[in-house]
Amino acid sequence: MTGRNDRGRHESAAPAIELRGISKSFGPVQANRDINLAVKRGEIHGIVGENGAGKSTLMSILFGFYQADSGRIFVDGRETTIPDSKAAIRAGIGMVHQHFKLVENFTVLENIVLGAEDGMLLKPSLARARDLLTELAQEYELEVDPEAVVEELSVGLQQRVEILKALYRNADILILDEPTGVLTPAEADHLFRILRNLRDQGKTVVLITHKLREIMAATDTVSVMRQGEMVATTATSETSPEELAERMVGRKVLLRVDKAPAAPGDTVLEVDELSLTDLAGVRRLKGVSFHVRAGEILGIAGVAGNGQSELLSVLGGILPATGAVRVRGREIDLARADGQSRRRDGIAHVPEDRHRLGLVMNFAQWENAVFGYHTASEYSRKYGLTNRNAIRTAADEMVRKYDIRPARMDLFAGSFSGGNQQKIVISREFERNPDILVVGQPTRGVDIGAIEFIHRQIVALRDAGKAILLVSVELDEILSLSDRVAVMFDGRISGERVAADTDERELGLLMAGVSGEAA
Amino acid sequence: MDYLAVLQLFDSTLRLATPFLFACLAGLFSERAGIFDIGLEGKMLAGAFSAATVAAITGSAWLGLFTGVGISVLLSILHGLASITLRGNQLISGVAINFLASGLTALIGQSLFELGGRTPQLKGSGRFTEITLPLAETLGGIPVLGPVYEGLVSGHNVIVYMALAAVPITWWTLFRTRFGLRLRAVGENPGAVDTAGISVTGQRYMAVIICGVLCGMAGAYLSLGTSAAGFVREMSAGKGFIALAALIFAKWKPLNALAACLLFGFLEAVATKYQNVDVFGLFTVPVQFMQALPYILTVVILAGFVGKAIPPRAGGVPYVKEE
Amino acid sequence: MKRQVPGWVGLVLVPLLNLVLALIVAGVVVVFIGENPFRAMRLLVAGALGSSYGIGYTLYYATSFVFTGLAVAIAFHGSLFNIGGEGQAGVAGIGVAVVCLSIVGETHWLLAFPLAAAGAAAAGAAWAAVPAYLQAKRGSHVVITTIMFNFIASALLVYLLVNVMKVEGSMSPESRKFGTGAHIPYMHEMAAWLGITMSRTPLNLSFFLAAGAAILTWVLIWRTRLGYEIRAFGQSESAAVYAGISPYRITMLTMLISGGMAGLMATNTVMGEAHRLVLDAVQGAGFVGIAVALMGRSHPVGVVLAAILFGILYQGGAELAFEMPAISRDMIVVIQALVILFTGALENLVRFPVEAVFRNLQGRRS
Repeated sequence: MTGRNDRGRHESAAPAIELRGISKSFGPVQANRDINLAVKRGEIHGIVGENGAGKSTLMSILFGFYQADSGRIFVDGRETTIPDSKAAIRAGIGMVHQHFKLVENFTVLENIVLGAEDGMLLKPSLARARDLLTELAQEYELEVDPEAVVEELSVGLQQRVEILKALYRNADILILDEPTGVLTPAEADHLFRILRNLRDQGKTVVLITHKLREIMAATDTVSVMRQGEMVATTATSETSPEELAERMVGRKVLLRVDKAPAAPGDTVLEVDELSLTDLAGVRRLKGVSFHVRAGEILGIAGVAGNGQSELLSVLGGILPATGAVRVRGREIDLARADGQSRRRDGIAHVPEDRHRLGLVMNFAQWENAVFGYHTASEYSRKYGLTNRNAIRTAADEMVRKYDIRPARMDLFAGSFSGGNQQKIVISREFERNPDILVVGQPTRGVDIGAIEFIHRQIVALRDAGKAILLVSVELDEILSLSDRVAVMFDGRISGERVAADTDERELGLLMAGVSGEAA
Repeated sequence: MDYLAVLQLFDSTLRLATPFLFACLAGLFSERAGIFDIGLEGKMLAGAFSAATVAAITGSAWLGLFTGVGISVLLSILHGLASITLRGNQLISGVAINFLASGLTALIGQSLFELGGRTPQLKGSGRFTEITLPLAETLGGIPVLGPVYEGLVSGHNVIVYMALAAVPITWWTLFRTRFGLRLRAVGENPGAVDTAGISVTGQRYMAVIICGVLCGMAGAYLSLGTSAAGFVREMSAGKGFIALAALIFAKWKPLNALAACLLFGFLEAVATKYQNVDVFGLFTVPVQFMQALPYILTVVILAGFVGKAIPPRAGGVPYVKEE
Repeated sequence: MKRQVPGWVGLVLVPLLNLVLALIVAGVVVVFIGENPFRAMRLLVAGALGSSYGIGYTLYYATSFVFTGLAVAIAFHGSLFNIGGEGQAGVAGIGVAVVCLSIVGETHWLLAFPLAAAGAAAAGAAWAAVPAYLQAKRGSHVVITTIMFNFIASALLVYLLVNVMKVEGSMSPESRKFGTGAHIPYMHEMAAWLGITMSRTPLNLSFFLAAGAAILTWVLIWRTRLGYEIRAFGQSESAAVYAGISPYRITMLTMLISGGMAGLMATNTVMGEAHRLVLDAVQGAGFVGIAVALMGRSHPVGVVLAAILFGILYQGGAELAFEMPAISRDMIVVIQALVILFTGALENLVRFPVEAVFRNLQGRRS
């Protein structure tokens, strides 16, 4: 290998990265306050914190996406300014973003070369990249077909391309932002193996996550952030998940949900051989069958992208499908995707993406409070007019009952925090008192306080005799809320377990497609 | 129809396709970089007017061409300012530029020449005249292929040949150079370009400026290279919009664009040649229908094929940095 | 919670500053042509507002622009860009003519007016229906298809007026005159009933129809279920689908209402003034609607105010062209373009700094 690792090879006592007194605010919001952090060369350093604790902002400052308002950055002991990504790359910092920054219809090679070309013409650049890729693949277990088009690769492989991109640019310091959100437990373990490999070759790794299990499994040292401040840094071996959780939130946290055993009644929702082929001709659902009884929570676990989104969409009336869905024995028309008729059938749907689906961000809270139910008779008057008073009264009740803050119904949905936005959605769907509740990722991007609240509400609805289908990629959430768990893999149910009799390991195997007795 | 008449039809197809081709490639550069441009029409019109004005005053077609391109590029930069720097609505910006061109060309034209918005008739070196390729007359005698060379390949003005050359050059630039790679990337996922340390803004401005150059060429061709021999009000007559439809039809690919533009050129050639079509002596297709035919077919083609075409993914969306 | 800048800043201050910028640039164009922009401005305002005659014409033009402006505004709420107002209003003229040239035209305007208005709206809506359908079902962008339909409409009008509706023996491409029963009263006639004397201007009964249309548009957008669904669809198509709002239905309805609204303009020009179908009854009013809707922030009140502003520009511009021949009526197209540019495309040129100033002020207060 020539010329690729000429920088930073010298042994020095200086930390790979050192931040001193970094502060950053966006308008009135202080995202980072006087942050100090030192990451030693050749270690894996974890940063944990809740949503909105300021982790991503801090890393964006390191990668030149934002400028700190004050504070200094040292790389290898030298003070460095990082005005843009280019400067970050020059300083040897590489970043793997949570949402991959890949051009999907480009090949792996084209993506790797982009921005790091050798000259005006592409051919020589691509040839050199092809050679280097082979080398890197051997060195770090990072095999990937250089000619493959990115959108045809699995998410795990796409992530590998991101890591290769950073290494191709001679990164010595690799920052990974929530890298396991889209991976199976096995894939995550493989990723950690790669990271350890990189560490052993002298690279420095910063791992940002909100999953304590991963911090414990993969890191050497860990820092905790809370409300924009760095509240602790310690060796991972000297701490525990409970301690980290407490530091993250600033108080004792109940990691389990209190709930009585379920008292299931009649079967309310039956799903039979549900199949769906998308516009590109890919089969997203391949004969999914399950049932949910009144008074129980069926959790659907699985890595994102295995058909859960499509299942939610079919049940919510967003996508048409084949097969059968029966509500209290009555079959609903799957060929016609119509959210209105689903609601009339008694299915309420908390979508997994409140930004894209659940809310109109430029509508006030009160307008969002009836979104999807705006045609209901109590919200309507004659001649197609809306009954504003009735809507506003209902909205006001939801604000109070669900403690939506700020308690101002004229505020745009986009102005609320993630947790309160989710409360707007949940209050709307829960208050309709539906027979069946289909809930997707109820606590994604939500702070711990709101998570506890939302979990309690879901359990309360179960105890009130509702049939609840809970789809989540967070295994912890599935295990602590569900009475039964079904795992989706590749558009199928790869297994079903009673929640009390299973564990993360077994579900992890099912999530990776290892089905049946082997799991 | 005899052989020579067919050749003649193809010959005028090529002439009529030239402005479409330039405008279509202009749109291709812009949209491949993620910037919608329905202002092709206005840039063409402004280019045609300024080219004719300068050519009329100086007597030089080349000076006219450069001016036309320059003015068109200025409008492009305005579009860039609105849609890249100020993150405005790209459709609205395009509409504004179309009206601006339409109003200013008529207003300034009238105030300069007082000919009702026309420029004076261009003569001699103020126009681009047909080039006879070497040996055209000699080879013209060869049966079958001779007339093709003499009548179809030879005998166009320099801008027509430039338009044809622009197709392979565009293809090569997009798919074989670093510039092209970055340009395509910025239209698909500007975030990827930004994190790779390349300026999204710079890349998009470059695309928009190229778009301006090509629109200026299209415009200059209209006023300096056709039988109009000068500028006439609204002479772009929707060609910029048809070029956009051709671009969609071509699925944003340069070689397809050539085919699509030749198709539209052919339609227009047919419409011009057969003003009143007599259908088996039963009835006569009115001239207005033939005039509206290119527009109708544009709608038909958009309706029939757009559903399947995938535009650049970041098209029309201003780039805002996010975490 | 993110801080919101007071509403009036975005709704009033920013559009006003944008308008001022547009007028400054227009002034520069006037200087470039070699005239005095201040004198031009004075002539323009005097021509539009200096006499009841001028005001009558100003409001006559404004009436047309209210219709076309509302048409664009309604479509904007559904995130649809209807550039086809010109063609829709043109074809609506045929609708008016068909009604007024029939037996209805011989009855009384009390009967003829609503029927002609219905004919205009129906024709305008029909002309918008094809682009709407193609967008909803085939994904063909309405921006391009409505422009194409403008060209097709003008060809259709020429064909009809030259080959079908032309008066035998006449050279000019226009229909025969409508019956007297189809003559809706002029404003000066109505004023005379009340004993008030007004200058003779083309301002007519349609003025009130325009006012009613503005109010109904407000009700539609902010007080009806359909308006709620149109706005939701316009803000987020994916969320609308989640809520069970059919994109096909909303796209069709929005465009039909929009086209019908543009079509109503024909009651003002064809029925109220020309009393026959002529070749160029729309005269760019369909395009002015885009500027009016942008300037008026797609709110009926804003649209009415912006329509009056453009009425002033049209009437004043005509007077101006008379006094200063160098400034032809094309100047209006330039101003219209500048208004679209500054209030639409370059909006943030003013908005960003103004909002920054306000955030700063608030920051200091809190």
